Amino acid sequence: MLEVGLPHYLSVAAILFTLGIFGIFLNRKNVIVILMSIELMLLAVNINLVAFSAFQNNLTGQIFALFVLTVAAAEAAIGLAIVVVYYRNKGSIAVDDIHAMKG
Amino acid sequence: MPTSTASFLGAYNSVLPEVILVIGAMALLMAGAFLKGKNMLFISLAAFSILILAAVVLYMQGNGTTALFGGSFILDPFARLMKIVTLIAAALAVMMSYDFMSRANLWKYEFLVLILLATAGMMVMISANDLMALYLGIELQSLALYVIAAFNVNSERSSEAGLKYFVLGALSSGMLLYGASLIYGFTGATGFAEIASSIKTAGPSLGVVFGLAFLLVGLVFKISAVPFHMWTPDVYEGSPTPVTTFFSAAPKIAAMAMIIRVLYGAFPGITPQWQQIIVFVSIASMVLGAFAAIGQTNIKRLMAYSSIGHMGFALVGLAAGTQIGVQSVVIYMIIYAIMTLGTFACILAMRREEGPVENINDLAGLAKNDLTMAFLLSMLMFSLAGIPPLAGFFGKYYVLLAAIKADLVPLAIIGVLASVVGAYYYLRIIKIMFFDEAAEAFVPMHATLRSVLVASGLLVIGFLAYLGPLEAIAGAASKSLFN
Repeated sequence: MLEVGLPHYLSVAAILFTLGIFGIFLNRKNVIVILMSIELMLLAVNINLVAFSAFQNNLTGQIFALFVLTVAAAEAAIGLAIVVVYYRNKGSIAVDDIHAMKG
Repeated sequence: MPTSTASFLGAYNSVLPEVILVIGAMALLMAGAFLKGKNMLFISLAAFSILILAAVVLYMQGNGTTALFGGSFILDPFARLMKIVTLIAAALAVMMSYDFMSRANLWKYEFLVLILLATAGMMVMISANDLMALYLGIELQSLALYVIAAFNVNSERSSEAGLKYFVLGALSSGMLLYGASLIYGFTGATGFAEIASSIKTAGPSLGVVFGLAFLLVGLVFKISAVPFHMWTPDVYEGSPTPVTTFFSAAPKIAAMAMIIRVLYGAFPGITPQWQQIIVFVSIASMVLGAFAAIGQTNIKRLMAYSSIGHMGFALVGLAAGTQIGVQSVVIYMIIYAIMTLGTFACILAMRREEGPVENINDLAGLAKNDLTMAFLLSMLMFSLAGIPPLAGFFGKYYVLLAAIKADLVPLAIIGVLASVVGAYYYLRIIKIMFFDEAAEAFVPMHATLRSVLVASGLLVIGFLAYLGPLEAIAGAASKSLFN
């Protein structure tokens, strides 16, 4: 029987985090996908924090995770609001179209 | 535990400036809602006075060091000095925004509320002595800044600036958090003092170094140093100019103070490891700031690259890893704030009858139309380029001296070379103002802009007069980090 230890949790978190970063950089379609990737990164961090907290018998990490959850919600709200404003001006939220300024 | 109200208030005296800012922001929100967008001048003045009041309260608190909230919030001479500079920079940005925002029909009271909240976030960043407080401060600041970058909701460029800033900012806070989680996991603590003592007893583990690298990505993003500078030119260009003015000074000072406290408060035990990262970031920023600015035609975009270069120079002092190094960074940041606010006063004044202009060639022949403005702007440009005896030269002198004393001679040489290259585009602006054929004159400068320009011009020209006191203040501030 395989015992699930700290390294397993950390690996899952690292994989999720990498997926989030690649989601931001490789995605050429839609800004909403970027918002989802950002959530993925923050959730990976939460897994890390809670796993460390549980395996060290130290509550700080879980409190940190609660703060991260709260801020992530605020961040998503503001991100969506900015996307809406952008869509009104441009009529598109495709990542390839975001290039009014360059250099 | 304090029992009476008076002693309760006394114990929390140290967070009074932050409390003033957030209560002020809420009061302005109410006032703005009830006045229904009228009385613009009154609300602007109120925001300005709230920021100045917070700075005065800080100044009155003397020189002690207090820690609050289980040590996660610390107010020492270093924090006090950086907070006062940040508050003054924010107050001046508010003052300079009034004329532009009301002419551009952009004046909404939410702008000032967001500036107050962002400044409250900066105060928390400067005082943060715990990874949680650090994160909350950064997010309070950033969330407000994302919104004001996109403040001109009818402009495609402004909303694009907000969107880019948001996406890259969220990516960087994700990196920062991942680093924070690793540091927490490998040291078992989030407080800076606990992290430092854990590293001291257990030695530097790979996990901590890895975590610190991620943490630094998030921190360096906030001062727009290479390789995390991609947002800066677009946000500077796309945002309304008063917003750019605000971005260019206050958040940079606060973020630099935060980096200093993280590195010297939590990671003095692994100085060689973070020194390498800072040296790399510093060289890359100085070189990119010098070369990428050459081809620019938009003055706001040029200032973005200029600020990237200046952050590189400030990091030279930080890379030294000594108390003199920190002192030189503090002096550099103060001089940088003075120069950049004066320059932006000129950029805000670049306006013709039909509206604001932001092309460098619009400055052509300014000397014939407005000699005072042309003279002061050329002094600021000479200072940004680092020509003695102006303030900018001494800023560079101190950081390079600190680097040489710490045996970082190659870094200092690269800094000098980058500054030579950078001088080209500052001198080009002076050449355009004095020797090119005169373009149509700008509309007369608003009194608020002129007073900021004159004050910053005088501070830059007469730097030698207050060099001694500034050095002493910065020295006392940096000493408080090394006890």
